[in-house]
Amino acid sequence: MIRTAGAILRKDLTIELRTKESVPAMTLFTVTVYVLFHFGLDRDSLDGELASGVLWVTLLLASVIGVSRLFAAEREQGGIDALLLAPVDRTALFVAKAAALFLYLLVLELVAVPAFGLLLLGPDLLAALPELLAILLLADVGLAAVGALVSALAAETRARELIVPLLLLPLLVPLLIGAASATAPLLRAGAAPEDLGRHLVLLGGYDLVFLLIALAVFDFLLED
Amino acid sequence: MERVYSKGFRPLAIATVLTTVAAFALIFFYAPLDADQGFIQKIFYVHVPMAIVALCGFVAGGVMAIRHLRTGERSWDMRSYVAIHLSIILGTGVLITGAIWAKASWGHWWVWDEPVLVSFLIVFLLYCVYYPLRFSIEDPERQARYSSVFAIAGGAFVPINFTAVRMAEAVTHPRVLSQTGGNLPGEMRLTFLVSLLAMALLFVTLWKLELTSKHASAQLKRLRSRLELRAEEHPAAQPVTR
Amino acid sequence: MPALPLEEAGKYVAGAYVVFLALIVVYVAILGAKITRIDRELGQLLELEDAAGREPGGPAEVTEQ
Repeated sequence: MIRTAGAILRKDLTIELRTKESVPAMTLFTVTVYVLFHFGLDRDSLDGELASGVLWVTLLLASVIGVSRLFAAEREQGGIDALLLAPVDRTALFVAKAAALFLYLLVLELVAVPAFGLLLLGPDLLAALPELLAILLLADVGLAAVGALVSALAAETRARELIVPLLLLPLLVPLLIGAASATAPLLRAGAAPEDLGRHLVLLGGYDLVFLLIALAVFDFLLED
Repeated sequence: MERVYSKGFRPLAIATVLTTVAAFALIFFYAPLDADQGFIQKIFYVHVPMAIVALCGFVAGGVMAIRHLRTGERSWDMRSYVAIHLSIILGTGVLITGAIWAKASWGHWWVWDEPVLVSFLIVFLLYCVYYPLRFSIEDPERQARYSSVFAIAGGAFVPINFTAVRMAEAVTHPRVLSQTGGNLPGEMRLTFLVSLLAMALLFVTLWKLELTSKHASAQLKRLRSRLELRAEEHPAAQPVTR
Repeated sequence: MPALPLEEAGKYVAGAYVVFLALIVVYVAILGAKITRIDRELGQLLELEDAAGREPGGPAEVTEQ
């Protein structure tokens, strides 16, 4: 199963590197939204909860783009049928897609978080860094799992682009709550984590539950 | 199969009516007036049971969806659909009565202080997508399968969401209303429990009612197509009229 | 906020309960309409079956499971 997942993952990454469809769009979108927030909030610098909120909401919105495009390659070239004809475990497909999304998010954050530090963040970003990395990683796992699930769920519907954000965003609210609450104290002057453990547990629990659910139900999707 | 829906329906309906009447009597003639909120507090007896039953309905829909995927029997998907459908309707009621309560208690039509209300809004927004998702898939077998996946994810989401929202609100707004939880004086607690029971019975009654109707509809369709087929095979018979 | 006087409070409480009852009444009404339609169609199909049974070339009877 791991090998199949690895093969699918490699294929997806190759396509992404060649066509550069998802990640650049997500990154551009994120930086654009930062500019929008600058004008919308009429602020030069943010800190604390406001900064945390802007950072995380923008990340979530950007992830919608990635999730919508996750199965695009298969849909457009009829690759799904080819995959289904082969005796491939659907679980491998899920792992591959979730891993791809996870990697896209990491690359996105590599650009977006420093950009945020540059454009909008008041206090020093580096002070927040080690804990922020932990939060980002945990959140990305959850995002990847839920994103892959939603993407598959919406893959066959006609109103795909509408359904993905409407489905994804409410499901991500607990993740947003955990991540934003954990990040807020880190983005203040004199970054000191508060209650970090509790929020990380919430994030971890969320990740676990949705990973398990996605693994359990994925077999029933994309079946024909 | 029809037996499953119509069996025991009459006693259930009667029990529902009786319990509801009892609840109303208790609410307006037995339960004492709340010291802080006054008469407004009476809304609590319809708002909170509706919320609890609706949330349980969503979770139940998820459990039925699991059975559907496990057994492949479409009847479970139908049960799941009706449960979710009813819970969404109740959910509308929860949000409206919650807004009325908020306006009467705090002067605003919406407050973020009540974790039940807030998490309900999120759950409601999520489940509203159930219909467009379901009805945008044409193949009936696939429609049922994907709806079940959604119902399962949603059913698991409900408790997680509630916990998360509660955690968030506890930090920013200390719980203003402890009515939804513990220390209720005895008479209020009894009234609340009876109201909750009435709401639950109502849900199950309406659920069975709608399932029976849907089942009858499906049977009718099958019968009609069978008769039309027969009419085609014997062209001497009367033409089919609708 | 201090509790509202009884008359004002009454309006809100009444409103809330009316919403609840209205939801149920509307739901039952729609369901009732659906059931009436099913009933009517059932009647039509019975006539259809009778007509098919009467024709010499038609089936002798329609058997149900």
